[in-house]
Amino acid sequence: MKEELIIAGFGGQGVLSMGKILAYSGIMQDKEVTWMPSYGPEMRGGTANVTVILSDKKIGSPILAKYDTAIILNQQSMDKFENSVKPGGLLIYDPNGITRHPQRKDINICSIDAAEESARMGNLKAFNMIVLGAFLKKKPVVSMESVVAGLKKSLPERHHHLIPMNEDAIHVGMDKVVDINVL
Amino acid sequence: MAEKILMKGNEAIAYGAIRCGADGYFGYPITPQSEVMETLMEQKPWETTGMVVLQAESETSSINMVYGGASTGKKVMTSSSSLGISLMAEGLSYLAGAELPCVVVNVMRGGPGLGTIQPSQADYFQAVKGGGHGDYKMIVLAPASAQDMYDYVGLGFDLAFKYRIPAMILSDGVIGQMMEKVEMGEMKPRRTAEQVKAECPWALTGKTPERDRNLITSLALDPNVQERVNIKLQAKYKEIQENEVRYATYLAEDAEYLFVAYGSMSRICEAAVDQAREAGYKVGLLRPITLFPFPEKQIKDMIPQLKGILTVEMSAGQMVEDVRLAVEGRIPVEFYGRMGGIIPSPDEVLDAFVKFFKK
Repeated sequence: MKEELIIAGFGGQGVLSMGKILAYSGIMQDKEVTWMPSYGPEMRGGTANVTVILSDKKIGSPILAKYDTAIILNQQSMDKFENSVKPGGLLIYDPNGITRHPQRKDINICSIDAAEESARMGNLKAFNMIVLGAFLKKKPVVSMESVVAGLKKSLPERHHHLIPMNEDAIHVGMDKVVDINVL
Repeated sequence: MAEKILMKGNEAIAYGAIRCGADGYFGYPITPQSEVMETLMEQKPWETTGMVVLQAESETSSINMVYGGASTGKKVMTSSSSLGISLMAEGLSYLAGAELPCVVVNVMRGGPGLGTIQPSQADYFQAVKGGGHGDYKMIVLAPASAQDMYDYVGLGFDLAFKYRIPAMILSDGVIGQMMEKVEMGEMKPRRTAEQVKAECPWALTGKTPERDRNLITSLALDPNVQERVNIKLQAKYKEIQENEVRYATYLAEDAEYLFVAYGSMSRICEAAVDQAREAGYKVGLLRPITLFPFPEKQIKDMIPQLKGILTVEMSAGQMVEDVRLAVEGRIPVEFYGRMGGIIPSPDEVLDAFVKFFKK
């Protein structure tokens, strides 16, 4: 098993922490993981992305040109990464703020209205966990049990009371993900 | 088995320092390595092991604090990035001249000048060939993972004290910023004052009636004395070259072509080797772990099986000079690199290989 994905959006959307929780969930299942963030000028301009790789085998390059999955949370990232999804791969996006929807016909495309769902939950911070839920519904690369264990590892103890809310948000994402293009 | 923890390479440096029994860290923040001191400050080792962590007023100050600490036989270190290391160059030459052990971490970013905060490997010459003045060398270790960052702090101190020489960990923004799982080794206690006296008879630990005073200096105005100092240093560097070469290979046994790359580029080349093999090309990888001493003999020994070498670096071509020196023109040695903070992808490396050797 090997899953190579990029999560890209604005700073503050929880892009990096979503990647970190996914990486920690992988460690819980004894997988090899890498988490490589953008930390350069693009990040300081407002956009943030992280490349996460989960694998059964030792990981070579943590930097990639093509991805199995792209999770895209703003228009700039759509422009940059739509064409970086491998043919037959998966693109998940939040349509909120997207002015040009993905055009490709050779990949699976799903949308998740995480901005609206997090508002409905009354917790805008649930945004990234809703997106994570959508991804895990489409690609269950790690179990829910590992995600909860991963959350425990990556959140400081004082925030552990928030874990049930995060679990709920993941389930919302799993329920609300919508297929746009199915191969 | 120890627990595996997800952490950045920079954090791993900090934990590696605390857990190998370091006595002191002196540094000044700079991207992309600020998490080293941030993690040390969060961990507060002065409350547990007694390790000192101090933010100096500049890089120049940091390296001179290292000189002071090292003179007393303490395990002391600093870290910075490219331009900060340039500010330390004078101190590094003094440390080498005075034969003081220490660990210096360079998490490289793009240059020259103020450059960029993105990763680069353009400080190879500075680390391996000098940077400071005079005929000196440092042991240079090139980590390729967060685990290496953790391990090489302890290894760096061991080698530095074994040979009384500064050891540099030459990393880059990819390895510093990337998170991977790290297995932390046994916690080693700091050495006691008695252990320091026993293991470092040269150190400034206070003169006793039984021995002459110790002198730590890089000054010898008499050229006859200064030449003897240099001859002694060169003999030490030769001994290190003979005994301390470290390297790793990947699918090199049956390789007809060899990638040579260190640090983060060796990871990218590992993926490029897989892609090349899928395309039917017999390519392998040699990753120097020590840049000084350079695995010159190991490359030389592989020449009979090879048709060509591609050296890949995030620079205009620095380590490739040492590869060419090892090969002595017997097979083609080509170079592919990106500069200024651009990281080549495995696809790009494979394309370069095909362009050079298969067209």
